[in-house]
Amino acid sequence: MKRVFPILAVLTGVLLSYALYEALIAAPTEQTMGDVQRIFYYHVPSAWTAFILFFINFFASIVYLIWRNNKADIVALVTAEVGVVFCTVVLVTGPIWARPVWGIWWTWDLRLTLTLVLWLIYVSYLVLRRFSSSGQTPLLAAVLAVFGALDVPLVYFSIWFFRTQHPQPVIGGGGSIDPRMLHVLLINWLAFSCFAALVCWSRYRLEVLRREVDETLALEALLEPRSPQTRTSPTGSAG
Amino acid sequence: MSTVASLTRATLAKDLRLEWRSKDAINSMLFFSLLVVVIFSFSFDPTAEESRQIAGGLVWVAFLFAAVVALNQTWAREMRNQVLDAYRVSPAPPNALFLAKCIGNFIFVTVLQALMTPLFIVFYNLRALGPAYQLPIVAVLGTWALVVNGTFFAAMSLRTRSREIMLPLLLFPISIPALLAMVEATGAILTGEFSAKFWIVLLAAYDLVFTIASLFLFGFVLQAE
Amino acid sequence: MTYLYAAYIATWVIHIAYLGSLLRRYTRLRNEIAEFKTRIDEKN
Repeated sequence: MKRVFPILAVLTGVLLSYALYEALIAAPTEQTMGDVQRIFYYHVPSAWTAFILFFINFFASIVYLIWRNNKADIVALVTAEVGVVFCTVVLVTGPIWARPVWGIWWTWDLRLTLTLVLWLIYVSYLVLRRFSSSGQTPLLAAVLAVFGALDVPLVYFSIWFFRTQHPQPVIGGGGSIDPRMLHVLLINWLAFSCFAALVCWSRYRLEVLRREVDETLALEALLEPRSPQTRTSPTGSAG
Repeated sequence: MSTVASLTRATLAKDLRLEWRSKDAINSMLFFSLLVVVIFSFSFDPTAEESRQIAGGLVWVAFLFAAVVALNQTWAREMRNQVLDAYRVSPAPPNALFLAKCIGNFIFVTVLQALMTPLFIVFYNLRALGPAYQLPIVAVLGTWALVVNGTFFAAMSLRTRSREIMLPLLLFPISIPALLAMVEATGAILTGEFSAKFWIVLLAAYDLVFTIASLFLFGFVLQAE
Repeated sequence: MTYLYAAYIATWVIHIAYLGSLLRRYTRLRNEIAEFKTRIDEKN
């Protein structure tokens, strides 16, 4: 298992480099927007990856709710974290793309707004996990994840209708896409998916190790024979 | 089913009686809302036309903040007196407790709205150009949306550091579709430019989904404390 | 276009920052384990 990781990392690195080349150089230049449009090849795959990760988080949370499987809980935590990272990329590249094209930094574009709300929901999920001192934090987190998932279709419809009442510019261009551009898009998506998988795997191993250490330390504290007050202190003060 | 109903009624009656005697929640909510209204009045000095457009947002932000004040103290009494432990051990259905708390909070926030609305009308010279009968519907559905999730997340926040921050942090993102609907519906009714029907349906759907989810999952949260 | 490069660089800055935080957590964990081992060795 240990040998596989470096090999996959190198392969992913190669794939990402190739995808970058395709995006910056090989892909045809867009008519109306020009070279700025190439942000598309990073913006969209990041969005898809983030959504997939959040989807996995939803399933892992359900598995935890039903079977209390600890592995599922770790998967939920990992996919939420990495998902937020990719989500952040979407939210940063979106405005950078919007500015030269539309002259504005932000627009209540459907996809961008949905991404923002998802980002907010999952950041609150991560904050709950960090700040909760209940022994049942995984359970509460799983419940929150379910709530978040139930919210998503409602968010989608509310923003969709909001936009029909208050029309907004569309980032990311709707309509059909040139097959060569689609090809570059898919390559970048594949590269980022592999990258996301590797990052998730690393985070997973880190979390497993973290929990083992925590358990061991807790056990040590339990088995510790009374406090260090039994040892002689320099000042000789009474315990 | 009758146990849930009678238990809910009993818990609700107890909460209302306690609140009536101390008036803790209602006073702090009232004062806070008043502050918000006055500050907003200083900051925004709109024409009648403009005020109809922005009133939806202003009013619901004020009610949202006031609701958070109420929600934060929802479980405080129970925490102080180990009531939750007793509940966990008893065979009483947890849903009854949750429902009682929700309805209690709903009543508090609605009373607050009833008191604040005349103030808003006065400060902003509000007059509904659209179907005004829809406003109470929006108020009821919107308030329930905030209260049902708020009570649930308040319970989830009980064992967290910075409990008072945790509640709004969890509540606001999840409430975004409901907030959008409330604000847009109120704006639509006041300006009369759009129909609020879609937003009302969305609010109803939101309420249905999250009431069911909360009732279903509250048992887990109660056990988790 | 500078916007294009800004977007690509920003993307990788974010990813590298996250990986960096993972690395930092990992080294901290390793230190904890090393400390723990020396504590156990001292006892024995």
